[in-house]
Amino acid sequence: MSETKLMKGNEALAEAAILAGCDAYFGYPITPQSEVLEYLANYAHRTGMVVLQAESEVAAINMVYGAAGTGKQIMTSSSSPGMSLMQEGISYIACAELPCLLVNVVRGGPGLGTIQPSQGDYFQSVKGGGHGDYKLIVLAPSTVQEMVDFVREGFALAFKYKNPVLILTDGALGQMMEKVDLFPQMERKTVFEDWATVGKPKTRERNVITSLNIKADEMEKINIHLQAKYKVIEENEIRYEEYMCDDAEILLVGFGLVARICKKAAQLAREKGIKVGVFRPISLFPFPTAKINELAGKVKGIMDVEMNAGQMVEDVRLAVNGKIPVEFHGRMGGVVPSPEEILQKLEEKFVGEIA
Amino acid sequence: MSEKTLVNEEQHFEDMIAEESICTTENLVYEKPDTLLDTPMHYCPGCGHGVAHRLIAEVISELGIQEETIGVAPVGCSVFAYNYLNIDMSEAAHGRASAVATAIKRVLPEKYVFSYQGDGDLAAIGTGETIHTCNRGENLLIIFINNGIYGMTGGQMAPTTLPGMKSTTSPFGRDVSTMGSPLKITELIAQLPGVYYCTRTAVNSPANVRRAKKAIQKGFEYQKLKKGLSFVEIVSNCPSNWKMTPLEANKWMEEQMFAFYPLGDLKVPNDKEK
Repeated sequence: MSETKLMKGNEALAEAAILAGCDAYFGYPITPQSEVLEYLANYAHRTGMVVLQAESEVAAINMVYGAAGTGKQIMTSSSSPGMSLMQEGISYIACAELPCLLVNVVRGGPGLGTIQPSQGDYFQSVKGGGHGDYKLIVLAPSTVQEMVDFVREGFALAFKYKNPVLILTDGALGQMMEKVDLFPQMERKTVFEDWATVGKPKTRERNVITSLNIKADEMEKINIHLQAKYKVIEENEIRYEEYMCDDAEILLVGFGLVARICKKAAQLAREKGIKVGVFRPISLFPFPTAKINELAGKVKGIMDVEMNAGQMVEDVRLAVNGKIPVEFHGRMGGVVPSPEEILQKLEEKFVGEIA
Repeated sequence: MSEKTLVNEEQHFEDMIAEESICTTENLVYEKPDTLLDTPMHYCPGCGHGVAHRLIAEVISELGIQEETIGVAPVGCSVFAYNYLNIDMSEAAHGRASAVATAIKRVLPEKYVFSYQGDGDLAAIGTGETIHTCNRGENLLIIFINNGIYGMTGGQMAPTTLPGMKSTTSPFGRDVSTMGSPLKITELIAQLPGVYYCTRTAVNSPANVRRAKKAIQKGFEYQKLKKGLSFVEIVSNCPSNWKMTPLEANKWMEEQMFAFYPLGDLKVPNDKEK
């Protein structure tokens, strides 16, 4: 039976992991996501899932690699500096084609940075992050409800494509409380995948989980296979939200938390008679390139807003391909832009020029 | 010996075997365990890895746990261990084999899990994972091959390189005043409450091979008790990177390595616990 609760983002995400039938979580404390590990330590006994506090994020991601190789539903979460430590392991997981769910509750960087929310890890999340050519499927929630829903959806996508899925959220969504509808408890996995390392029965060849192939032409074949898979993902798994886009003359583009603030800015703009819509990419990889290109044919200009120095805006500009001007407004280091500020920047950049 | 004589010798043996028909079941004294695959090993002549692999394969076959065992191979010379063992295996990133093994064992607690790691992997880049895996008392087996050098990358100094020992990165010998002393990680690990069984063996002689096999066997059997981690160090050689013949390398290992890394049990379960 589903249930409605008032929950903090990180705790709601952890609860969703239990409800989704997650088999194991390996993590390490870091602000602003420690509640995930704490919540699971308290409540994971309901399903008997494994919860292990690792000695580092490096150990945690390699535990995810090992456990994911058994074909079970495995998960970790961290925040920016911790995710940086995990990148090598994520590259191995992507190459070995293991399904798993990763969560980055982003904080302001670079370096040790701050513990306030940021979107500074966009590049790391959607462009690969670790070494070599690989992609994660990246989902960016903008509400606590989506923090819950994307856990279930994330596991499904991870197993559908044998690929790591990353939920890219931020310190504000992790810490804020909102009403959430929880989905009913799902069964834990009992049937093992045929590629899993669970012990070799006489009836099949041994399974080996590896990302190593010393022969260049063989390694190239693995790369070609991975790229073909990413193409299928691009064709099938694009997710986005349009808000008042139908009659919009100017478009605000933002993901995650920023998209919520953009919606408020759009409302304020419309009160002043400026027709503003909001386009929110939900899947950051695969990126809604074609949809943005289509919208660029209907509006006069785009302002991309992010909590970073301008990362997704590069993908927006590639999608727009010079059709219309694409402006950018960003705040960094843990600062969250206000709706008024966004409206002011939008007016500075576009009103008078276009309207 | 000329090539011609060699061919003649071979022919002679073949004739003799055919003549005496000694290849019968009654005469069978040794056979390749079914856990060992036919793949030719890539190890250098005289290297200890081949024997260590065979012992693991023998133990798994004799215990009849081939279907219930998952192995973890490291980065290093034994990175291809999964090419030789007919069991499910996972390759791990450099230093992380014990973390990978931990996770496999946690989600499959009834299976047998082991990691196979060299000194660079286990005692340098993976020291943190090694100590914490042991300290948590994970119910798995760590097999530690210590030959005092980085083999795969071509003979660089390892955490276990002996004082004064030359390597490509300690070309004038290991100077402990700037490079530190060799890390006796097995002694360190034996102190941890999570460790149930800790021993140091070698595969240089028939007697030591038998001891090493017994130790590996215990490492598998103890997993069923769920009382903690088994750690089996195998002091080994590296003729290629030590720049010695296999015989010289074994002699040097016996004289120098065994003096610094004495063979024997460091921690054994007391009988009441068993």
